[in-house]
Amino acid sequence: MLSIKNLHASVEGKEILKGINLEIKAGEVHAIMGPNGSGKSTLSQVLAGNEAFEVTEGEVTLNGENLLDLETEERAREGIFLAFQYPVEIPGVSNLQFLRTAVNAMRHHKGEAEMNAAEFMKLAKEVSKQVDLDPAFLKRGVNEGFSGGEKKRNEIMQALLLQPKLAILDETDSGLDIDALQVVSNGVNALRAEDRAILMVTHYQRLLNHIVPDHVHVLAGGKIVKSGGRELALELEERGYGWLGIKDEEEAAANSAN
Amino acid sequence: MATTDQEVNELIKREYEHGFVTDIESDTFEPGLNEDVIARLSGIKKEPEWMLEWRLKAYRRWLEMDEPDWAHVGYPKVDYNSISYYSAPKRKEDMPQSLDEVDPELLKTYEKLGIPLHEREKLAGVAVDAVFDSVSVATTFKEPLAKAGVIFCSISEAIQDYPELVQKYLGSVVPHGDNFFAALNSAVFSDGTFVYVPKGVRCPMELSTYFRINAANTGQFERTLIIAEDSSYVSYLEGCTAPMRDENQLHAAVVELVALDDAQIKYSTVQNWYPGDENGKGGIFNFVTKRGACIGKNSKISWTQVETGSAVTWKYPSCVLRGDNSVGEFYSVALTHNHQQADTGTKMIHLGKNTSSTIISKGISAGKSSNAYRGLVKFGPGAEGARNFTQCDSLLIGDRCGAHTFPYIESKNKSAIVEHEATTSKVSDEQMFLCRQRGIDPEQAVSMIVNGFCKEVFKELPMEFAVEAGKLLEVSLEGSVG
Repeated sequence: MLSIKNLHASVEGKEILKGINLEIKAGEVHAIMGPNGSGKSTLSQVLAGNEAFEVTEGEVTLNGENLLDLETEERAREGIFLAFQYPVEIPGVSNLQFLRTAVNAMRHHKGEAEMNAAEFMKLAKEVSKQVDLDPAFLKRGVNEGFSGGEKKRNEIMQALLLQPKLAILDETDSGLDIDALQVVSNGVNALRAEDRAILMVTHYQRLLNHIVPDHVHVLAGGKIVKSGGRELALELEERGYGWLGIKDEEEAAANSAN
Repeated sequence: MATTDQEVNELIKREYEHGFVTDIESDTFEPGLNEDVIARLSGIKKEPEWMLEWRLKAYRRWLEMDEPDWAHVGYPKVDYNSISYYSAPKRKEDMPQSLDEVDPELLKTYEKLGIPLHEREKLAGVAVDAVFDSVSVATTFKEPLAKAGVIFCSISEAIQDYPELVQKYLGSVVPHGDNFFAALNSAVFSDGTFVYVPKGVRCPMELSTYFRINAANTGQFERTLIIAEDSSYVSYLEGCTAPMRDENQLHAAVVELVALDDAQIKYSTVQNWYPGDENGKGGIFNFVTKRGACIGKNSKISWTQVETGSAVTWKYPSCVLRGDNSVGEFYSVALTHNHQQADTGTKMIHLGKNTSSTIISKGISAGKSSNAYRGLVKFGPGAEGARNFTQCDSLLIGDRCGAHTFPYIESKNKSAIVEHEATTSKVSDEQMFLCRQRGIDPEQAVSMIVNGFCKEVFKELPMEFAVEAGKLLEVSLEGSVG
């Protein structure tokens, strides 16, 4: 499904990704772990086509098609979905209008008829229940005044609506309490499908208790330094990133504060 | 993120879709302005003596006045003697007696603009007065309105048919010497709309005037007068377009609204005059004086404007809240792009007790344009318990445009309460990325974000026109993203 070869990317002239290699097959769930500043979020932004990042080397293909040649919106229509770590607000634009515009853009791309407001309302209500969001949220402005947890659930709801081929979840667990984490995880598990891949980016192991990955990769200094199965995450939790000789800025900061 | 800004700037490039010229035979005055021209104009309109006297008084006053230069706009000096002050489509008869007699070319023009002058068409339920260059060419639905007792006609007809009403109210809200452009308008206004809603009548349909400048080197000076008697209600909408021409054209209108006890007037504008090309060549100078007087107690005047056109806009629809408990509202969306300049806002003059006003202004600047909100909230000594709420939001698209806010507050009454909120934001790269990541075209994304920003104002427009306004913004932003 997704093939990343020797991917280098930089932001404002500073190289962040320094040769990523990764193969993700349909039906698989991959977790990318790593300390802060390792390049995890950069990888998700680059795959989704954020123009703030410049790809300097390497290639990325989605089902054989060169992804890097495509505009952000074209990648989205080909099935790349990014659940944002910090979803931005769009005041005055209702969630419903935003989501319907997005769903219809996808449908249009596939040559399907657009959904009218009534049809979409019905669908959106069903999906909002899956992530335990009150349908009243649909009428509010996009992420406007949402709590952190509501924003994350809203992101997963969008993934469920848009049915992507590859869902990239950027720190979807951050800022969630344990109940919200459970809801979000249920949503992500509902996304799991034979023809869909999921790439989770996370700092902590705890998300992986809820969404069990097939593969775990550790990213450090812009490269994947170790890959393994589920057990790699558990081992990391137990022994810390220091075990792999990686300095975790957050841990280091926490330790020095103690 | 330079890329996104660049894309956004692309979005601004688009053609003005109403830029065609109608090939029609016109009677047009030679350029120039003097007392003879005014007398000739008044003569053509077969005006009574008092009207000519009033015009000449205004003209003499105008000669002594200086063009205002305090607005945050810059434009080449207008040579008032190079403008023609009257242009009218030639007619075989004096005036068309019904729609059937209107020149088919003219009807076609309005069809092209999406304003059908046939009473059965899609704007059924909206009565239209069409003003082409200097004259009113057609007014629809006159009969059903007359049954309700509502007078809806051109101001020229009103001067003939309802001279007492015109004499009583013309200049009562905007005096002939109010300001430079109002004085000029008072001297040379050629047509416009007159509305009279009698006591206790709720006007049965939306009233609308459609203004079209066609002839070259012509100024358009229309005059609108709306009178709402006790406990009456009327909702009125005006729309404006003009052909694309390399020269600037002057539009200096005056609108006066009078609301008596418990009356309500809702006045909406969708202004889409030709804004000039992307290099700032051509376009309409839109220098307009609009003012409403809430004379009666518990009366209400509400201005809603969506301004996307004109090269330079100088416009401050205002309310004089004289009656106790009267209410003034101003809801505005002003969008500028390319080299457009807008200095627009409102004045809320609180004179009566417990008067209240609300100002919601949304300025959107793109390209190299400049967009200023200028507002005055004034409380007189008698404005006991009066209050105002003002919210001015600016949205910037790209990084070469400007937004400015000039709020003035004057209070002579200690009990008055003023609240003022102002924000400036940008269509952010993050918002664009979120939309595009969800498969939405950049152009559609900008339009959606801008529409969201304007939502509070659009909901004040009559429904048919809210949709129009949304579309107009979309068109106006077309090309600002690649």
